[in-house]
Amino acid sequence: MPEKIRPAIIELTSVRTKEFVRETEAIFWVFGFPLILALALGFAFREKAPDRVPVAVLAGPSSQKEVAALSKSPALSPRVLNEAEAHDALRHGKVSLVIDSSHSLTYRYDPTSPDGRTARREADDALQAAAGRRDVMPARDEFVREQGARYIDFLIPGLLGMNLMGTGMWGMGFTIANARMKKLLKRLIATPMRKSQYVMSQFLSRLIFLTVEVIVLVAFGWLVFGVRVNGSILALTILCIVGGYAFSGLGLLTASRARTLEGVSGLMNLIMMPMWLCSGVFFSYERFPSSVKPFIRALPLTMLNDALRAVMNDAAPLTKVLPHLAVLAAWGIVTFAIGLKIFRWQ
Amino acid sequence: MPGEAVSCRGLKKYYADVKAVDGLDLSVGNGECFGLLGPNGAGKTTTIEILEGLTVPDDGQVEVLGMTWKQNERRLRERIGISLQETQLSEKLTVHETVRLFRSFYPAGPDPDSLIHDMSLDEKRNSRVGKLSGGQKQRLAAACALVGDPDILFLDEPTTGLDPQSRLQLWEVVAKFRSLTTHYMEEAERLCDRIAIVDHGHLIALGTPKELIAKLEAPNIIEFTSDPALPPDTFQDIPGCHGCSPRGNAWQLRVDSLAEAVPQLIAAVEESGAKLVTLSTHAATLEDLFVSLTGRELRDA
Repeated sequence: MPEKIRPAIIELTSVRTKEFVRETEAIFWVFGFPLILALALGFAFREKAPDRVPVAVLAGPSSQKEVAALSKSPALSPRVLNEAEAHDALRHGKVSLVIDSSHSLTYRYDPTSPDGRTARREADDALQAAAGRRDVMPARDEFVREQGARYIDFLIPGLLGMNLMGTGMWGMGFTIANARMKKLLKRLIATPMRKSQYVMSQFLSRLIFLTVEVIVLVAFGWLVFGVRVNGSILALTILCIVGGYAFSGLGLLTASRARTLEGVSGLMNLIMMPMWLCSGVFFSYERFPSSVKPFIRALPLTMLNDALRAVMNDAAPLTKVLPHLAVLAAWGIVTFAIGLKIFRWQ
Repeated sequence: MPGEAVSCRGLKKYYADVKAVDGLDLSVGNGECFGLLGPNGAGKTTTIEILEGLTVPDDGQVEVLGMTWKQNERRLRERIGISLQETQLSEKLTVHETVRLFRSFYPAGPDPDSLIHDMSLDEKRNSRVGKLSGGQKQRLAAACALVGDPDILFLDEPTTGLDPQSRLQLWEVVAKFRSLTTHYMEEAERLCDRIAIVDHGHLIALGTPKELIAKLEAPNIIEFTSDPALPPDTFQDIPGCHGCSPRGNAWQLRVDSLAEAVPQLIAAVEESGAKLVTLSTHAATLEDLFVSLTGRELRDA
């Protein structure tokens, strides 16, 4: 029985998908790498009880009493040292404060060190309280540790954005440059295949992997670190698709003329580097001077990251990220248009 | 089917420092197997790529199936099949996936599996392209060229780098179709109805293999070396000799009858006091024609 021939767009998308799945290293870079990064950074910045600041008490008749008083503070870790040892320990940063009560009560510390200042305040409070001081106004502490405000909550959407950028650009750019180099593009345009179908199929197969990529990373963040999607899944889906579209366009444009893989790799890194650094993947771009912020906000990754954080962390509705979507869509439309216009098929 | 399948007039394509094609006229009839023969760099690939609509000529007209590339690109693409020089099909796909992909571009054509069978690739149907031998890859490329049931088949050096058995296998396939470029004169002689010999972008001879060989005015070639080497006037006057040309350190004589010329040549060499070192004869080929036309050899020209 003759085989049923499927439309070219489906065949092209299907072979592109198969090619990718059969490329083992690519699978690692797309799925494995971001997970490892999330795991490493997540553990490095996980919440834990604040460290106790080590402080020294100079050996003397009252030193044991002082150590007992200091130990009551959750912020201090006191020990008794003699004069010479204490001097060295302070100089080498092994302790942040030396308490000398041999004459009058004296605190020795580096006033530029935050730990030193904290230790001085904490130690003074503890010793004064032990000596009988009473607070004139009662106060209590209230700790803020809201889900959605931790570093990992900030990080996961950033990694998601970065991954969408990397896979979108490499997925399009590398495949196209490779096919051009092997003269496969030339062979394809020697058939009645429509050029738009080729480009479209590249994007469609990107969408397939994008879905898997997003699910894997979001599920990982949720299961391992409890990072939740507070906004709607629909908004997240639309963001990922439009973001993927913008970066596919950028990848197409990058690879539209390149004749070698080296050429396209260099260009890719040149384009992605500023976004890795400035678009708020690992830290907020609020730290940049306000004069450059408008430029940073015009970058597609900045828009994607901001919108992903708004939806995932702050449960923003879709209407609130419409400006972000508009910027991303504009990037996609312009890069696809120029990329196709200047595309070199052979 | 009378009429012209492919025709071009005054074709020119200049690159920065080479005149790849320099005023070429060709006409290929329907049903004809036409070969383009010439050394590397003669302009064969540029010519065929212009005819295939992949390269735009600097000057000249091209008509394929009565249509021009400018006006009917898509319709023409559906009716021609192409095998390019050195295309690397995707190594990660299987033979069947590759043929099915190409089949999907055409409105009509044979079933992928029957084509795979015709190309003797049944056993390799589910093998990755990267694992195929050179001959299997070329047959796959031929399958991709035939997959749209084309009216014209363009093959650019279809058997380059293949072992003799793989070449024979591919020739059988091509024999059913028409049109190719090659620098193997044996291939051209065996397969083609008509052959154009090109060099430096110019047409230097055109005709059926028989007509072309007849241009040598002598059906046989004697090749010999002597010690010491002799000047041509010692032997070029023997009866039935139509000319001679040097080939390496040997001489090549184009003669009518071997039975007549060989004894005469031996006598002439002995008479001059030299000693015959080697002597061989063969029926004239297109290679000999190329040598006599250009003074250079086809393969390493």
